[in-house]
Amino acid sequence: MSVPETYLSADEIASRIPDGALIGVPKEDGGVSMVLTRALIRRKARDLRLLTVPVSSIQADMLIGAGCVAEIETSGVSMGEFGYAPNFRRAVEKGDIVIRDATCPALYAELQASEKGAPFMPLRGILGSDILANRSDWKTIDNPMAEGGGDPVVLLPAVQPDFAVFHARYGDKYGNVWVGARRECVLLAHASAQSLVTVEEIWDGNLMEDDRMLAGTIPPVYINAVAHAPRGAWPLSLPGCYERDGEHLKTYVSAAKSKENFAVYLDRYVFGKQAAA
Amino acid sequence: MEYSREELLICAIARMLDGCRNIAVGTASPIPGSAALLVQALSDGAARASILGSNIHNPFNDGGPELFDRAGQGRVDAFFLGGGQIDGEGNINLVGTGPYPEPDTRFPGSFGSGYLYFTVPRVILFREEHSRRVFVDKVDFISAPGWSPPDVHRPGGPYALITSLCIFMYDKMLHRFRLEGLLPGATLEEVRDNTGFDFDCPDDVGPVAPPEPDRLDLIRSRIAGEIAETYPEFARTRLGWDG
Repeated sequence: MSVPETYLSADEIASRIPDGALIGVPKEDGGVSMVLTRALIRRKARDLRLLTVPVSSIQADMLIGAGCVAEIETSGVSMGEFGYAPNFRRAVEKGDIVIRDATCPALYAELQASEKGAPFMPLRGILGSDILANRSDWKTIDNPMAEGGGDPVVLLPAVQPDFAVFHARYGDKYGNVWVGARRECVLLAHASAQSLVTVEEIWDGNLMEDDRMLAGTIPPVYINAVAHAPRGAWPLSLPGCYERDGEHLKTYVSAAKSKENFAVYLDRYVFGKQAAA
Repeated sequence: MEYSREELLICAIARMLDGCRNIAVGTASPIPGSAALLVQALSDGAARASILGSNIHNPFNDGGPELFDRAGQGRVDAFFLGGGQIDGEGNINLVGTGPYPEPDTRFPGSFGSGYLYFTVPRVILFREEHSRRVFVDKVDFISAPGWSPPDVHRPGGPYALITSLCIFMYDKMLHRFRLEGLLPGATLEEVRDNTGFDFDCPDDVGPVAPPEPDRLDLIRSRIAGEIAETYPEFARTRLGWDG
């Protein structure tokens, strides 16, 4: 299949994301667009606000290290078995970025409220935590449905990202993209003002007309730009397609531990002639 | 019968999961994962383990929110959490040490703890490093509190704490840990020296019960292969899996 004429390049998509934008991104195995992450660093994006759905790894760490991020709302940034996320840790410890700590289902709830056009979503738990104590935008009320009062419950405000940014397995020439079981990408697309997507492969035909693909497809009413980017999640995995590149992630973590080595890493893999797209 | 420390812990955790039907295991948890698979194998279909990162042992397909939704419904019976710091009331800190928001050392973040600690009845805390750095009198940041006032809807909370030295059980009425058993080589004095919080201790605290021989056989014959799908290195080096 040839690449549809309406498709853009990853760098063209990155140029559509202005400084200061609120960007929603999925977790590590949820279809992370690393190709667009590198393009954002190349375009020297600044003051981005990241919403990780609900956690992140190399994507958030790399954007922070490259100076693209002013603020992050997250339930966790970690390199998993490869250790802590060095740029994230350094930036938070020094106060270089604003951190808004959350817990996973609270971030889903903020997006679910946005998806429904509701002002807020209630959620059990969180009460008595320092997460809640530091979130003036999260409110506690007594459950109005409970008889006799009491029963406090936390309300999460609707959060509408300016852009959902993710990598999907397939795109077709009709503007559909297929994420399969990565439902958090569907939620993110529904909740965001725009969705900018990179796709691994071009699907021959119309994803909306194939009943086996339909449930995992996001239609073009939610999709604002698509780029064809084979291995666009590298060095992370794309479920069903390729595994993560553990050796590279090790290299990354070790480089990111010092600013000097991280700059060398960016030169090589993001700006350099050998950059992987 | 000889057994490894990992096999002992897998069997000890499996006993804590007795009667659980839905057991969820999060990231980087090969020992809890093996215990969950052991309980599943022993249950004749009654118990289900969901292992994060497994393609086979994961009965869910509706994305990230599904586990939390099921926990909110009361359909997750057991889960495992760690903690950069854990204190004597069962408060856990996954955010960082020192002041907030600019800590001395920043940890990754709270993940699902602020929710699952409230909604899952048996949360087993698993933290191998037994030191005063980890087990503190009071955590610097509460990712999730160990207990809540009576007006808070809270079916869940801490159930036990497993370390490299011992097993504590959590008393929900007293909001305190009670020393349940010592791991091989550990002494009560060593536990006291390395624990920064006050805990209850019966006069006759003994060793953690050894693995049941039939369960040990099952771990070596079947569970090692099952956990290898998600944790091949662990299965190979710790459980003798030769696949």
